Amino acid sequence: MAIPILKLGDYLIASIQSTLTDADLTRLQDDLARQVGELRSRGVVVDVTAADVMDSFTIRTLLDIARVGRLRGAETVIVGLKPEVAFAMVQLGLRLDGVATGLDLEEGLAILSHSRGPTDGG
Amino acid sequence: MEGDHLLQIRSEHDILTARQRGRELAAEVGFAGSDLTLVATAISEIARNIVEYAGRGEIEFSLVRDGGSRGIVVVARDEGPGIADVALAMQDGYSTKKSLGLGLPGARRLMDEFDVQSEAGRGTTVTMKKWTQSRSARVS
Repeated sequence: MAIPILKLGDYLIASIQSTLTDADLTRLQDDLARQVGELRSRGVVVDVTAADVMDSFTIRTLLDIARVGRLRGAETVIVGLKPEVAFAMVQLGLRLDGVATGLDLEEGLAILSHSRGPTDGG
Repeated sequence: MEGDHLLQIRSEHDILTARQRGRELAAEVGFAGSDLTLVATAISEIARNIVEYAGRGEIEFSLVRDGGSRGIVVVARDEGPGIADVALAMQDGYSTKKSLGLGLPGARRLMDEFDVQSEAGRGTTVTMKKWTQSRSARVS
């Protein structure tokens, strides 16, 4: 199942579901890396609101998405971590160091526009 | 014993099935909220270990009762290469694959009881339990 990637101005938005296999996640990582280049995107928001389990593989993939994106000139924000998922991540010892997080999509987009600053010299 | 449930683990899809089944069973014995997520996450980790290291195996769920507390027991078995050094594998960050190395130690932190039996070349059995009453409430 391919994860749809939405384009919103300079940003890309993808939503992660719980029922994604490892292969789906890996494909999302590849698709995002490619589209960031093709569409010259400056930021990526990954919405995990619908994910009720985030295990170590999911987190590792999210970290990879953020790192690859940064190398391609786009910042990544993870939004929508459920409280119980965040709690499980802490117990598991998983961290999202170096990746911005926001409460929801709106906040994610706000974080991206702030991180770019007010310049729009394109 | 209130019922057994056996799942074959052969592919990534079975990881999803296992954690969904585990979550349903945990809800059945009275787990709620974040405990359900903890159980499902632990199952996801050990199911992935089976797929990654052994290729195939099985996960058996059973529901247990101990006094006033009910619990879920998850046994993951495979006949894969086994773990040469269980103590080492239980350390955070140790991985022979390109993972975060949090599978076993992480799953242990999510559950109340955790045991790994493994023999090189013979396979691995992980047994983990979680009780509806927290550990602190159960004097051990």
